Amino acid sequence: MVTTFHYLLLSAALFTIGVIGVLTRRNIMIILMSIELMMNAVNINLIAFSDRLQQVTGQVFAIFVITVAAAEAAVGLGIVIAMFKNKETMNINEIDLMKW
Amino acid sequence: MNFLDLIWLIPLFPALGFLINGLIGKRMPKNAVAFIAAGAVLISFILSAGAVLQLLQLEPAQRAHTVKLYEWINAGPAHTTEGPLARFTVDWAFLLDPLSSIMILVVTGIGFLIHVYSIGYMHDEAGFYRFFAYLNLFMFSMLTLVLGNNYLMMFIGWEGVGLCSYLLIGYYFHKRSAGDAAKKAFVVNRVGDWGLSIGVMLIFLTFGSLDFKVVGEKVREGVISGAFHVSDPIFIGIAIALFIGATGKSAQIPLYVWLPDAMEGPTPVSALIHAATMVTAGVYMVARSNFIYQMAPQAMVVVAVIGALTAFFAASIGLVQNDIKRVLAYSTVSQLGYMFLALGVGAFAAGIFHLMTHAFFKALLFLGSGSVIHAMHHEQDMRKMGALKKKIPVTFWTMLVGTLAIAGTPGLAGFFSKDEILWKAFSSNQGHVLLWLLGACVAGMTAFYMFRLLFMTFYGESRVDHHTEHHIHESPKSMTAPLVILAIGSVVAGYIGFPAWLGGSNAFEHFLEPVFEPLPIPLGPEAEYSHTAEAGMAVASVAIALLGFGLAYFKYCRRSWEEQREIRQYGPFYPWLLNKWKIDELYDLLFVNRAKGAGVGMWKFDAKVVDGLVNGSAGGTVMSAVGSSWWDRWIVDGLVRFIGGFIKTVSWPLRLIQTGYVQNYALVMILGVLVFIGYVLWGTP
Repeated sequence: MVTTFHYLLLSAALFTIGVIGVLTRRNIMIILMSIELMMNAVNINLIAFSDRLQQVTGQVFAIFVITVAAAEAAVGLGIVIAMFKNKETMNINEIDLMKW
Repeated sequence: MNFLDLIWLIPLFPALGFLINGLIGKRMPKNAVAFIAAGAVLISFILSAGAVLQLLQLEPAQRAHTVKLYEWINAGPAHTTEGPLARFTVDWAFLLDPLSSIMILVVTGIGFLIHVYSIGYMHDEAGFYRFFAYLNLFMFSMLTLVLGNNYLMMFIGWEGVGLCSYLLIGYYFHKRSAGDAAKKAFVVNRVGDWGLSIGVMLIFLTFGSLDFKVVGEKVREGVISGAFHVSDPIFIGIAIALFIGATGKSAQIPLYVWLPDAMEGPTPVSALIHAATMVTAGVYMVARSNFIYQMAPQAMVVVAVIGALTAFFAASIGLVQNDIKRVLAYSTVSQLGYMFLALGVGAFAAGIFHLMTHAFFKALLFLGSGSVIHAMHHEQDMRKMGALKKKIPVTFWTMLVGTLAIAGTPGLAGFFSKDEILWKAFSSNQGHVLLWLLGACVAGMTAFYMFRLLFMTFYGESRVDHHTEHHIHESPKSMTAPLVILAIGSVVAGYIGFPAWLGGSNAFEHFLEPVFEPLPIPLGPEAEYSHTAEAGMAVASVAIALLGFGLAYFKYCRRSWEEQREIRQYGPFYPWLLNKWKIDELYDLLFVNRAKGAGVGMWKFDAKVVDGLVNGSAGGTVMSAVGSSWWDRWIVDGLVRFIGGFIKTVSWPLRLIQTGYVQNYALVMILGVLVFIGYVLWGTP
């Protein structure tokens, strides 16, 4: 029997994987993918509670998140391409424009 | 087919022709442009003829057919002198009654012939499509003017024809004189249009409507109920204001000065716009407003006197002009004066009758002169012509018919209409023997200058220069055919107004009676004259015309033109006549130079005072800016730099944690989150 607990476990696992990916990987593409992973972890969380509480609000939020994720992917990939054109690299360690 | 309900199509076809030729004519072959332009007018003519024929089958009292397309303007209640009841509503509606039927037949019929003529005349011009687009736009405007059932639609058409006149006078815009003439026509017409618009506003203010029929009814009811009286100031005001408009459009004193200059336009334009149709718009408008003029006898006197004086004045200038088109231009002004003389003595039908016959023979004369000019390779000076009779016979014979018609030869069109006017000027109770005398003099002068034109052009010895002599040729068929048709018209058009004293019925006047129905106002006793008196008058005017012909014959046919002889015979008048009584110079002195002076004065005010203020304030600003810049550079910037440097020095250890790696920041963020979670889970008791 799959209960809410299992869903939350899956969600937490995915989220942690995403966080670790964002923190440790040096390739921007992988970091973007990790962010997607975190978002979908949040989605699972939302759906799980929507099911448990028998309220549709969570699902609506999940739809919102998917929409935002699509927009974010478009913007993010655009930034990545612009960055690659300028710096000829995908390595995030070479991108430190925000340093003082 | 019910043509009466289709009258709204009559102006539409030329409008379509204008749109097609104006928008894509440049990329079309000339034949297609000509076909569309002339075809559109031909369709209008057929529709007009059909509608008029069906109108004739109605009872005389029912001969007024209105076709309302839609409500054009519907503004809120407006305050009129009748009280705040009237709504300002104007329909886009067309009215076909006897008056507008005559106008549309003249406009579309003669317009079509002139379109055909233009195909030949304008064939080598670069702006062929432009010419025909303008011509069609003119037809649309003119038909709106005469078919509209209210003053505002008439006004739209009125302005439209003015615009087309401007465009076509300035057709050869690369010539400075043409551009100047166009501007002059436009500006002078604006003066007249000012009067017209005042008149239209006064009409709405007084009657609460602009519909011809409604206004006419209200005048009639007001007279019967005693609300309006003859010579009420408002009627005189409206009548004079409208007449100012008419003097502009129809080239009467004091605004006639633009018409002779308008001859800078191509000759077909002179024939169509500045002889046959547009310049008669003022006559049409006054005739259309006859119910107002009947209420204002004082204004009628003004109309009659201005008309007679214009007729005389313009004819006197025409006596000595040497440019073939200028003679005809002054002749047109003079003939328009006749029409206003007729209107002014209350003979509205006679004025419209002369309008119609004049349209035929003056269009013919202009087109004939165009044919001469065409043959002479754009030479317009009659002193360089002569003996053209054998070389361009069709042009000669048709022009002879036109000259005979305008001179008032018994049996031709001009005779009937001119005699009708002269007779009414004498016999009507608003007429006067002096008006008749002026008119009769003008008849003699007309015969004189027209035959002078004919003799100088076609008879005598050839004064053509050698080079041109070889190239003189008769014009193509498309030009001579309209001449022949118009010549036939100039002969027969008079017979629809065959006068009673010759045993006719004057069908023309009876046809127009419903429009010019007299108001129930006392006019004083109408003097009774016998037909014999009328016949005697006619004989007298023919005799005067014969005298004019004889003088012209001896002066210009037996001998040729010589400046010395002209100077000797006219004496001190000659320079005045030749220089058009120096009216242009007078206007220059009185108005044009004043306006220019005012312009120069304003320019100087602008250059000295306004520019001085601007330049002075700019200088002040520069001075103060130098001071501020010093302050800004040393005090403000110095302070900022000092603070920046201070903070930079103090904060150097903190800079080390700013690595620029996003992942470092994210790590710190997540650590922070973990700390919070730890606090939530374990920190609180």
